[in-house]
Amino acid sequence: MGIEVRNLVKRFGSLTVVDTMSFDVQPGELVALLGPSGGGKSTVLRIIAGLETADAGEVWLDGTRVDHLHARDRQVGFVFQHYALFRHMTVAENIGFGLSVRGVDKARQAETVERLLNVMGLRGLGERMPSQISGGQRQRVALARALAPTPKLLLLDEPFGAVDAKVREELRQWLRKMHDEVGATTIFVTHDQEEAFAIADRVMIIQSGRLEQHGSPLEILDSPATEFVARFVGDVNVLSGVVEGERARIGPIWAPLDAAQRAGLPDGQEVHVVVRAYDLKFWRDDAGVASVRRVMTVGDRVRIEANLHPLGSQAEGPAIFAQFPRRSSLLNGIEPGVRISIEVTHARAWPGKPGELAS
Amino acid sequence: MSEHRLRKPKGFSLLVFALVCAWLGILLVIPLGSLVYTVVESRHEVVEVLIGAEARRALVLSALVAVACILCNGAFGIAGALVLVRQRFWLRRLLDALIDMPLALSPVMTGLAFLLVFGRSGVLRPALEGLGLDVAFAWPSVFIATLFVTLPFTLREVALVLEEIGDGEEQAAATLGASPWQTFWRVTLPNIQGGLIVGTTLTAARALGEFGAVLVVGGSIANRTQTATTFIHAAIEERQEPAAFGMALILAAAAVLLLLAMQMANPKGKRR
Repeated sequence: MGIEVRNLVKRFGSLTVVDTMSFDVQPGELVALLGPSGGGKSTVLRIIAGLETADAGEVWLDGTRVDHLHARDRQVGFVFQHYALFRHMTVAENIGFGLSVRGVDKARQAETVERLLNVMGLRGLGERMPSQISGGQRQRVALARALAPTPKLLLLDEPFGAVDAKVREELRQWLRKMHDEVGATTIFVTHDQEEAFAIADRVMIIQSGRLEQHGSPLEILDSPATEFVARFVGDVNVLSGVVEGERARIGPIWAPLDAAQRAGLPDGQEVHVVVRAYDLKFWRDDAGVASVRRVMTVGDRVRIEANLHPLGSQAEGPAIFAQFPRRSSLLNGIEPGVRISIEVTHARAWPGKPGELAS
Repeated sequence: MSEHRLRKPKGFSLLVFALVCAWLGILLVIPLGSLVYTVVESRHEVVEVLIGAEARRALVLSALVAVACILCNGAFGIAGALVLVRQRFWLRRLLDALIDMPLALSPVMTGLAFLLVFGRSGVLRPALEGLGLDVAFAWPSVFIATLFVTLPFTLREVALVLEEIGDGEEQAAATLGASPWQTFWRVTLPNIQGGLIVGTTLTAARALGEFGAVLVVGGSIANRTQTATTFIHAAIEERQEPAAFGMALILAAAAVLLLLAMQMANPKGKRR
């Protein structure tokens, strides 16, 4: 099912939660709505499902305007953040509910429920109550329940937020697999970027009710449209610099800027330079521009924090950090207190004064 | 840690235990026990009075009024709780506060207020007379007064449960294609069952025990507006102690049965 959202606005009292948002979703796509909590992602999802009414704007599903349609008439599967399983019904009754209220005959109901129980790895749990199964199982029951009436659109609100990290990883892979097999257009809300980039075809970055960027994971990673997106996605350094020719100068170091970016940035322009932790090289150099503060091992990577601190200067400059794989040769000789040289291999810059960095 | 804390003040917790038992003994066991004892002692007279027409009629009226209140306030309570909890509207807070009025008002006042409506010079008197209806000092006034005093119980209990379970399941039902009616019967009603049981029990107990309001508005007319409680009152006035004690024991037994029934219907004492 294709979705078109046009100029959607939603206010709660004086607060504008969704601010004139427009986007399209192609049939069969798996899309992530990604952004900080309270940014309006869930509200967009709920408006599409008909659980919330927009103050302005239009929602079209498969070329039909649905704003006047009640949730029950939109044929949209919805998976709630906290499952919302029917607590007094068994797992099987939960899954069969959408069929039973539509008057599907008992035999076909039972058949669908059985098939979904098997597909979802819930075999033998049909007679249990929701309170008698684990969080990950509940999540799968919620998904099975939403899928039973074979919706053409599946909406998931923070679907894996309430399960532990290991189960979450499993469920993610599993959602991707489900999506590829069932083929329903799927939109899920998450504040976890890893989740969004790991399984979505396209990612929409939403902040303060606005759509900041809509694109493939690679587009968003490599060509962030706004400073917010650049800062939000990945582990980044945000440094204050000045444009000089083809580069931005950040105190004693330089960041390269590509042609497209330079076009909008005249010489001498003050900028915020966003540098990913993996777009940096550190190496030991006793005449280097920075000194190492901390070295931390985080799983299979090492995080190094340093301060820009030219030799002979008393003042300690801004902090900068990088991450390298644990066995990287770049780590040779790097330990707290030593001096290093820094090369920025990739950076993005937006006009901005030094004082606004914190925001 | 918590275990340790629980074990330490052994002497103190024993003291509390003893105090609780003594308190229950003074407030519950001794009065109820002496009631039972007195009735058993004068059982022949008690039985004789209780099988009389007056006592029977009073009991039947009390029971019928209680059942009617359970049904009416049960239906109103569910609807009212759904409105109060699930809907946001102007004056909601005011309505919310008004619901509890019957709990705060003295029943005698309630009776008086209804007399002002249905009584000899009441505002509805001309209309009722025109219709040929006798409300004051007739069974309808007993019913209406009891309806008033039992108004909040079911509503409050159901509202509590609705608040606690939230509307997630109802929304889920809607996205699955259920109509409001299907959602109510298949999702909401089973979920509020516990609250409904507690509310019904409280309603029944209060309806059977109501005294002040039905005395004022019904006048305790034997065979007509006398309920179990006003029967007791009348019996004491007429120095018919055995009748009073017997009826009191029946009411006490009804209360115990109600509580037992509630326990059985809702074994964990949970509201849902």
